[in-house]
Amino acid sequence: MKITVKLFASFQAGRFNVEIREYPEPTLIGDVVREQDLPEEKIGIVLLNMVHAKLYQPLRDGDILAIFPLVGGG
Amino acid sequence: MDVNAFLAEKADGVLLSWADQCELMTRFDFDCAETERQILQAGYLPARYQRNQQMISTDQQLQLLQSRVAVVGCGGLGGYILEQLARLGVGQIIAIDPDVFEEHNLNRQLLASIELLGTAKAEAARQRISEINPAVRVNSIIAAFSKEKGQEMLGTVDLVIDAVDNIQVRFDLAETCAQLNVPLVHGAIGGWYGQVATVYPGDDALQKLYGNWNGGAGVESELGNPSFTPAVIASLQVAEASKVLLGQGRLLCNSVLSINLLEMQFEEIPL
Repeated sequence: MKITVKLFASFQAGRFNVEIREYPEPTLIGDVVREQDLPEEKIGIVLLNMVHAKLYQPLRDGDILAIFPLVGGG
Repeated sequence: MDVNAFLAEKADGVLLSWADQCELMTRFDFDCAETERQILQAGYLPARYQRNQQMISTDQQLQLLQSRVAVVGCGGLGGYILEQLARLGVGQIIAIDPDVFEEHNLNRQLLASIELLGTAKAEAARQRISEINPAVRVNSIIAAFSKEKGQEMLGTVDLVIDAVDNIQVRFDLAETCAQLNVPLVHGAIGGWYGQVATVYPGDDALQKLYGNWNGGAGVESELGNPSFTPAVIASLQVAEASKVLLGQGRLLCNSVLSINLLEMQFEEIPL
């Protein structure tokens, strides 16, 4: 299945900003996080088709997944 | 000669110069804040605010003077926020920070200078504001914000601005603001990146922003912070703050503006 993966802020470094990627079924959001080697403890907002989502949620063909890092400095 | 007669004689159009404002203080034995209130209430404008005038009316300038805003954190974000609130003419500011200036603050914190290394940040804020705009009453609190003492520290405020440097204190601050029923302008930075949101009591914006947080720091722990990111995010926070105080414009309510200065991406995300 094809998933549009959008990465934001520091998650883009060494990866990509947006890509349409192929994944087998079933794939969870967390599988994409691990595949991209994103540090789980630094994950902030996760949006699946513009709705807030959790890492255990499954993906469906055509989904748009957006992952933002935690930003906490001042 | 009463105050109104003095103003009518001295004003240039609606503008009153700083020298005349000083004379008004001496002649009527007002402090600077009271002088400014008298001037604005009579429909005149201290000349320092003349470039505000096209977007902030004299009535609104008085409204800002009578507003009370707490800035929690006087470091990277807080330094710029305090500076801008004072220049804007917000009349009462509470500046809260437990720390003193250290050398690693000099790359970005507006209030930090070599001379002030070792000086409390909240005290430096009070001093700086008195130099910029003595009509602003500043209460500086040299202590860490805590949930236990939060309500006492903030007191009666119209608005709180989040300029703290860690996520746990942000949750505590949001909880205290909800209890006090006051809006909170959230801002956070890390490296090239930052975010801004305006949180009204009852909104769960912080829970959405930091829903996956498990106790650690954000990306700022690896990326640090340069000089320009706090200036950008702080300015956006003050723009939000001025709209909250004046009740105008569209706010970042139930949404967050995520900013990437490396790629110049500005994304508004629904919360």
